[in-house]
Amino acid sequence: MKPFSSLNRIFSNIPIHAALILLCLLWIVPTLGLFVTSFRPREDVRTSGWWTVFQPRQVVGETEYDTYCASCHGADGKEISAADLSSPELLVDYPRSNRLLTALRKDIDGKPHLSDPALPSNPNKALDTLSKILDYMRSLSSGGTAKERFTLRNYADALVGYKGTQDYLTDCQQGVASALAKFQCNSSDLLNPEGMGRALLNTIMVAVPATILPILLAAFAAYAFTWMDFKGRQLLFIILVGLQIVPLQMTLVPIARLYAQLGMQSTFYGIWLFHTAFGLPYAIFLMSNFLRGLPRELFESAYIDGANHWISFWNMALPLALPAIAALGIFQFLWLWNDFLVAKIFLTTQPVLTVQITNLIDPRGGNWHILTGAAFLSFIIPMLVFFAFQRYFVRGLTAGAVKG
Amino acid sequence: MVPTIMKQGRIAPFLYLLPAMAVITIFIVYPMIETVRLSFTNRYGTGTAASSCLPGNPCWGIFENYRYALTNPEMLTALRNNALWLLLMVPVTVALGLVVAILADRVRYESLAKAVIFMPMAISFIGAGIIWRFMYNIESGGGAQTGLLNAILVGLGLQPVAWLSNPAVNNLALMAVGTWLWAGFCMTILSAAIKGLSVEIIEAAHVDGANGWQTFRNITVPMIWPTILVVTTTMVINILKIFDIVFVMTGGNFGTEVIANRMFKLIVTDLGRSTAIAVLLVVLTIPVMYYNMRRFREEEAMR
Repeated sequence: MKPFSSLNRIFSNIPIHAALILLCLLWIVPTLGLFVTSFRPREDVRTSGWWTVFQPRQVVGETEYDTYCASCHGADGKEISAADLSSPELLVDYPRSNRLLTALRKDIDGKPHLSDPALPSNPNKALDTLSKILDYMRSLSSGGTAKERFTLRNYADALVGYKGTQDYLTDCQQGVASALAKFQCNSSDLLNPEGMGRALLNTIMVAVPATILPILLAAFAAYAFTWMDFKGRQLLFIILVGLQIVPLQMTLVPIARLYAQLGMQSTFYGIWLFHTAFGLPYAIFLMSNFLRGLPRELFESAYIDGANHWISFWNMALPLALPAIAALGIFQFLWLWNDFLVAKIFLTTQPVLTVQITNLIDPRGGNWHILTGAAFLSFIIPMLVFFAFQRYFVRGLTAGAVKG
Repeated sequence: MVPTIMKQGRIAPFLYLLPAMAVITIFIVYPMIETVRLSFTNRYGTGTAASSCLPGNPCWGIFENYRYALTNPEMLTALRNNALWLLLMVPVTVALGLVVAILADRVRYESLAKAVIFMPMAISFIGAGIIWRFMYNIESGGGAQTGLLNAILVGLGLQPVAWLSNPAVNNLALMAVGTWLWAGFCMTILSAAIKGLSVEIIEAAHVDGANGWQTFRNITVPMIWPTILVVTTTMVINILKIFDIVFVMTGGNFGTEVIANRMFKLIVTDLGRSTAIAVLLVVLTIPVMYYNMRRFREEEAMR
């Protein structure tokens, strides 16, 4: 072993670390931007980039206020109750800075109002400073919201689908009738058809049955393919599994027409059946591969013990296939959760998350605060599933590399 | 291989197969045939495609919808864009996936780095579209740029760019999103192949004096070449069917149209053309699919 070889290794690996870390940053920054923005007050989102939250924030007049007033009146202006700087009544008396200057020139208990430090002696400079302080007092009096850097209000707006001029919670508090025509301002708003809350429910309604159904049907079929003998077994298997290659675009129009004739447009069972069909070929392929790997003796001895196919399917094949079912289930669930095309066509009146997000897009780019919140709401479940079951998900995805 | 010892009736296997086969027949087999039939009919599916020909205009008779699919200017843009995506984005994404897989293999925080690159695959393409619309946002009214890319440009003293509506850059901007989404997918599969290589061969190369690049070029790449082919063909299929990203980011406007988006737009207004485009899509996809499945099975058999 050469001396310094480990040190040498570290140095020779520096380009690798640099490249990899740079790539990871590139990959994470766009999502981070969305995440940070979803927690920023609407006005901030409109006027400044999300990266500014990492810089110290400048509120107009904050430095001036801190210099001259904060030591007596406190950071929130409420320290001296007889002179509450955050009260709107007090502000009414000082519409402009010259009125405030006159007031400040008066002594308090024989001492100058402002002595440490004193106001600039140049009257113009003094007025300039005071107008900034007044601005700051106004922001204090408007409930202190101007100072808030992060908020959950975007998420409230996104959940109920509120696109008013202020935010949902504020408008509800103030009872702005014109903006609230479609809202009750109670928990029933969570089910407002234009909101992400309802969309979340719709997505769950689609994803859960359409995950279970194809796996169950595929388990039956795979059992027949692996543990039963019948004519045409090989050929049928190849045909069913080969149907993986059919892109779903190939079936959209006839199914949409069929549903229109049967009155099944925008029904949940309509979309369950469609997703079941498209999940089946791959599910049969994966389940059959897995079941084929189970020891044959197991099934034979079960039969000797008096089990029939029905019992050995439920009591042996299905429980033993749990790893395959897990991989398949996670893969199918995430696919359904993230699907847009099928839901857009077959569930027009019951928008799922992805469809609802596109409904919230403002072409002029005016509602990033809602969109970012809405997008992140739709990420929570897939991200949890992904980080909790990463290995299963990756397995399902890589094995499904050829899925149509 | 099937245990014949277990008794079964003649129909029992078909009872187990019936539910799956019924659903597949009604929702895949029948609609496939019906789609092909509809592609030869007019916009309502009521008469032959020839009936939608206008006098004095070119007409391909029963293949009229295919004339549209192959010669209409919008469709030509879509075909050109899909070709561009295939030629530019697929190689870049596969190469990037390979680079990350190789780099991550040599560091201790491998699983973290791979999770970061793979993460976009877990979220919806619609959500990814929102993420990137925000990155590409342009403020043209004179206010501060809130989109990161334009803020950087302005910070460097340059003019902001309308990433999504300027035809000079918008297709590249969309492809960047595609790369961001799919690099993790390529990386995962390629990484699994690299892990499968025997350590002895790599070490033997090192002993023989090969440096990192030589090992990569002469040992790693040739040995995982079948996997690279599978990943590439899978990406070709994904890109032929690309839809969500374009739909949510530009709606196919400003010269960014793609085949699947065109098909989607016509579903409501013109059955004949929409199904003809679907058939075109399948015709383009099937050879790649066939090749890919064969490779995949060979891979499986070798394992």
